[in-house]
Amino acid sequence: MTFRAEHLLGIEHLSPTDITAILDLADQYVALNRSERKHGDTLAGLTQINMFFENSTRTQASFEIAGKRLGADVMNMAMQASSIKKGETLIDTALTLNAMHPDLLVVRHPHSGAVNLLAEKVNCAVLNAGDGKHEHPTQALLDALTIRRAKGRLHRLSIAICGDIAHSRVARSNILLLGKMENRVRLVGPPTLMPSEIDHFGVEVFEDMREGLQNVDVVMMLRLQKERMDGGFIPSEREYYHRYGLDADKLSHAKDEAIVMHPGPMNRGVEIDGTLADDINRSVIQEQVEMGVAVRMACMELLVRARASKPEGVMV
Amino acid sequence: MKVLLTNAILIDPEAGTETAGAVAISAGKIEAVLSETADLTAAKYAKHTRIDCGGKHLAPGIIDIGVKVCEPGERHKESFRTAGLAAAAGGVTTMVTRPDTLPTVDTPETLEFAKRRGGEMTDIRIAPMAALTKDRAGREMVEMGFLQDAGAVAFSDGDNVVTDTKVLSRAMTYARSLGALVMGHPQEPILSDGAAVTSGKFASLRGLPAVSPLAERMGLERDLALVEATKVRYHADQISSAAALPALERAKADGLDVTAGVSIHHLTLNELDVGDYRTFFKVKPPLRSEDDRQAMVAAVASGLIDIICSMHTPQDEESKRLPFEQAASGAVGLETILPAALRLFHSGQLDLPTLFRAMSLNPAKRLRLDGGRMSKGAPADLVLFDPHAPFILNRETLRSKSKNTPFDGQRMQGQVLRSFVAGTQVFPPNA
Repeated sequence: MTFRAEHLLGIEHLSPTDITAILDLADQYVALNRSERKHGDTLAGLTQINMFFENSTRTQASFEIAGKRLGADVMNMAMQASSIKKGETLIDTALTLNAMHPDLLVVRHPHSGAVNLLAEKVNCAVLNAGDGKHEHPTQALLDALTIRRAKGRLHRLSIAICGDIAHSRVARSNILLLGKMENRVRLVGPPTLMPSEIDHFGVEVFEDMREGLQNVDVVMMLRLQKERMDGGFIPSEREYYHRYGLDADKLSHAKDEAIVMHPGPMNRGVEIDGTLADDINRSVIQEQVEMGVAVRMACMELLVRARASKPEGVMV
Repeated sequence: MKVLLTNAILIDPEAGTETAGAVAISAGKIEAVLSETADLTAAKYAKHTRIDCGGKHLAPGIIDIGVKVCEPGERHKESFRTAGLAAAAGGVTTMVTRPDTLPTVDTPETLEFAKRRGGEMTDIRIAPMAALTKDRAGREMVEMGFLQDAGAVAFSDGDNVVTDTKVLSRAMTYARSLGALVMGHPQEPILSDGAAVTSGKFASLRGLPAVSPLAERMGLERDLALVEATKVRYHADQISSAAALPALERAKADGLDVTAGVSIHHLTLNELDVGDYRTFFKVKPPLRSEDDRQAMVAAVASGLIDIICSMHTPQDEESKRLPFEQAASGAVGLETILPAALRLFHSGQLDLPTLFRAMSLNPAKRLRLDGGRMSKGAPADLVLFDPHAPFILNRETLRSKSKNTPFDGQRMQGQVLRSFVAGTQVFPPNA
C-alpha cells in the first residue's frame, strides 16, 4: 500500500486503507517501544517542531518521544509565550519557522481550521495535534489501535462515545474513523453537549446513559471541561456525575467484556468513577497512552516517506 | 450633452418588460424611450451622439443599498475613488453608503464629509446613510433631523443590533415623526454572538461556532413588533433564512410599512461553499443551507423580498488570512452583483425585469430617490450589459482595493459593457 497524504490534518481525508496502514506500522512500533533499545533512525537528520498554541502536556510529550525514538531533532515551541502574544499572525509565525526548513510541524491550535490554514503556507509535512473543536486525528488513531488490540478487530463493533461531544475534537475524529471502519457508533450525553444535526453523521444519539451503553463493546468517555460545569451547559458537576458519569452500575449495561477508554486527562468523580478507571480488567486508559507514542511514530514515518517518494513541487 | 442609445433591448422593471428600442438622453435625463419602430432619423435627434448598443441589454443602473466605502478611517481597504471605479464597472450607478466607518457617520459633519468626498472622488451617485444611534453603540439616538436635512437617506446601525429595546423603540418613534427610514439588521444578538457559520451538519463537522437561523427570525419579529407599535418606515437589511419569511409576510399583509433586502451572496452561495475554512465566504449573517437559499430566490421572485444588495464589505488580506473564527466577515460585491445575479436569470428562476426591480426600481422607491426607472424624465443612470458573455473571475482584476470576493476563479456569465450616470458614460472611462 502507498500512503500518499501530504499532511495529516484530519481523519476526514484518510481512507480505510490509510488507517489500516498506519495501525499496522504502529503495531510494529509498539514492539520496538517495549524493547530495551527503543531507537530507530527513520527520521534521523530530520527536524520536527512541535508548535502548541494551546496547553498540552501528554500530547506534546507523546509527540516529542515519538520523534526522538525515530531519531529526529525535536524542538518544542511554547507558542503561548511567543511572538503570537506580541501580535504576530499565525501565518507569519508559520513562515518564520518554515524558513528554518523543518521537515515535520506538529501543531495544536485553539481554533478550528487553523492547522489547515497553516499547512497551506509551509512546505513541510504538518501533523494536526488538535485544532479547536474540529479534529484530533492521532487521538482517534491511537484509540483505534487500542480497540483493535483489545478486541482483535476494528469493524462491526458497537462503540459508545459519551459526554461532551459538542466541544470535543476527539469525538469528531473518532466518529469519522469508526464510521469509516464500519462500526456502529452511539453518542451519549445531555442534549446541551451535542452538536447540531449530529444524527446526520451516521450515528445513533442517546440522552440516557444506560440505554446508550446497552450491549456495547467499547465505552469511550470524554473529558468534561471545568468551564462547562457552571450551569451554562449542565446544571452542576454532581448532577452530571449522577446522570452521565461512568460507574459500575451504568457499565453493567454494556457487554461483560466491554472496555473503557478515556483520552485523558480524567476528572475522577465527574465523568468516570475512579475505581473503574483503575480497573485493569476493564480500563485500557494506560494502553491508550502507550499506543499514542506508537501511532505518532507511524504517522510521522509515513508522512516523511510519502514526501520523499515525490519529486519537489508536485505535492497535491 | 445629448445621447441616443440605439439598437438595445430595454429592460423596464416598472412595466416588467424587455423590448427592443432606443433611449434618447438629454440634460442628464431620459428624454424619450423609443420603440423599435420609432423614427430615429427625426430632426430632434439630429444632434444626439449616437451609440449603437449592438442588440445588448440596457437597464436602469443598480442602486446598491449598504455599500461600505471604508472612508473615513480605513482607506487602505477602500476609498470613494476605488469604490466608484468598482461600482461603475459593475453597473452600480448609486452607492447607498453605510455609516459603519471610523468614525461612525453619526453627525451632520461626518455625513457632509462623506458626501463631499464622494462628490469629489467619483462620478457615481452617493446616497449616504447615517447611524441610528451615536457611535452605533445602541444607547443614544443621533440627531436625526439634522442628518436628514444634510441628506441621510436612511438610519442604520449596520450589523450592530440595538439590543436595548427601549432605545430602539424611541429611535423608531422619533424617526416616524420625521418620516425617516430605519434599517435594521434582524438578528438575536446574544444567540448570534461569536458565531462564524450557520448551525447544522456542516458547522458540526468543521467544529465552528454556529448560530441557528432562528436567531434571524427572532430579531426580525422583535423589530416588526416595534414597527407595529411605532408605525415607522422599516427596512430589514438582509433576510437570509426561510424561517424569517412568514413574519415578513404577515407584517406586509398587516399593512406595516416594511420592506426587506437580501445580499447577493445569500442568493447565490450556501454554507457548504465555506469548504475547508475559506474565509472569503465568511459573511454576516453566515451563509445558509441550500433550502434557505432557494427560499430567498423564490421570495425575490414573488416580491416578498424587495431588494437585492451587494453588502459590499471590503476586507484586506490581513483580516482574512486568519483562522476562520478570527477572520473578518464580509465580501466585496460591487463588481460582481450583476454577473452573480444573472446566475439566477440563467438558471431560469428570475427574469431580467424582476432582477432590476429588486436591484434598481425598489431601492429607489424605498429611499425616495429619483431613479431605477426606464421612463421619460428619469435620471439617465443606465447600464448596458451582455447577460450571456462568459468570463472567469480573477480577483486581482477587481477595481476595489480589497479583493475579498467569494467568486474568485469561478465561471460567471454576464458582463457590463457601459455604465452611464446622468447621461455621462462612467464605464469604460471615456477616452
